[in-house]
Amino acid sequence: MLWLWDNLDLVLGLTADHVRLSIIPIVVGFIVCIPFGWLANRYTVARTILLTLGGVLFSIPSLALFVTLPALLGTRILDEANVVVALCIYAIAVMVRGAADAFSSVSRDVISSSTAVGFSAVSRFWTVEFPLAGPVLLASLRVVSVSTVSLLSVGSLIGVQSLGYLFINGYQRDFPEEILIGIVFTVIVAVLFDTILVLVGRLLMPWTRATRRRRWVTSATASVSA
Amino acid sequence: MNLFLDALNFMFDPANLTGANGILSRLVDHLWYTGLSMAVAVVIGIPLGLLVGHTGRGRNAVVAVSSAARALPTLGLIFLIILYTGLGVGPLIVVLVILAVPPLLAGAYSGLEAVNRSTIDAARAIGMTEWQILFKVEMPLAMPLIFGGIRSATLQVIATATIAGYVGLTGLGRFLIEGLALRDYKLALAGAILVIALALCVDTILALAQRLVIPHGVARGLTRHPDESAAPTPRQHGRVSPAPSNL
Repeated sequence: MLWLWDNLDLVLGLTADHVRLSIIPIVVGFIVCIPFGWLANRYTVARTILLTLGGVLFSIPSLALFVTLPALLGTRILDEANVVVALCIYAIAVMVRGAADAFSSVSRDVISSSTAVGFSAVSRFWTVEFPLAGPVLLASLRVVSVSTVSLLSVGSLIGVQSLGYLFINGYQRDFPEEILIGIVFTVIVAVLFDTILVLVGRLLMPWTRATRRRRWVTSATASVSA
Repeated sequence: MNLFLDALNFMFDPANLTGANGILSRLVDHLWYTGLSMAVAVVIGIPLGLLVGHTGRGRNAVVAVSSAARALPTLGLIFLIILYTGLGVGPLIVVLVILAVPPLLAGAYSGLEAVNRSTIDAARAIGMTEWQILFKVEMPLAMPLIFGGIRSATLQVIATATIAGYVGLTGLGRFLIEGLALRDYKLALAGAILVIALALCVDTILALAQRLVIPHGVARGLTRHPDESAAPTPRQHGRVSPAPSNL
């Protein structure tokens, strides 16, 4: 613990880098998945293509992708952009699948009803389908957020500053405590992001809690009457 | 594009193919680490996941373990364990098993959990024993998710075994790490391409194996009712997507 107090500035600085670099892929993944998820839900062909492509991209090992991107993008090998772009690719791959499932989880009857009461296709999408797909979208976004935070540290192997620096430095100096602190701070960042996402979800989708309670009550009454 | 040509030149130079530090020998090492740790992880993870999924006991523990494992940075975990145990293939296998068990566990558990309750009740009603229910009803129906767990665990192990090059072991990641250390980008890129090719080949083979293993009726049911299987955990393609509801 003494090491942490002596190096608090370093650790906090790296934590700030970690937060800054992992926010971008989470936001990009969320924004990009909406049109693609809609496409995948609307057209079976698009679904097959997008999900297969996503599966292939997602199966590429992270370190290999970090190293390949400079040759594709023309960036320098030490550029932060390589890691950020790679994490964006993973985030999009997971989110598009999640979004396709989220949109198809919206009940057909609700969509038909909203068409019947006169919603145009666009306003139906934004005011009916998108909010109702929200809980499933949020679940995928939470997965993306946790795995982005955890994967970012691999980027330190190619020299991008993040909490992963503590792993490499601690390993090279044969100093487990530094690695342990790196792990603890990474987990703290992941938990922090997750908590924020859950709170934002509750704020934007207050009905999810109400429905859950009601469902519980009905299942309880069902079991009582049985 | 020149960079890719250089990397390909390296890969197809016969001098780099064979020998103690050649591509073939490192490929064999990479496959050996992956195969051994997956074998151990399957023996631990799948029966445990089936037990939890069948009995419903300990599900909170499984959910907690699989989401906590997702948050743990693998790089830190490897370095930490190796500092405590020393360098060697053994510690690497231990780390890889630790990483592979949670997705296997989650796949087996969520696969069994997704089986329709009334199907199981029906099996019990016609007099099947618990073992028969498990092996003849639950497992075949859960196969897409169980196999999805195996696929994502294997990919994770292949990816993580790449880092073995950093802790003095071999495997295809060694080219990548050496390239980075020597600032020889061509070498690093060649290593990266080799690792990517390996991951994609193995995943394709597993996808084909999945077609053989999953009963036709189950596979057909999945494609026939895309709407019903569109719950939070996507089932269509059999890969356990990082089971969102678990978090």
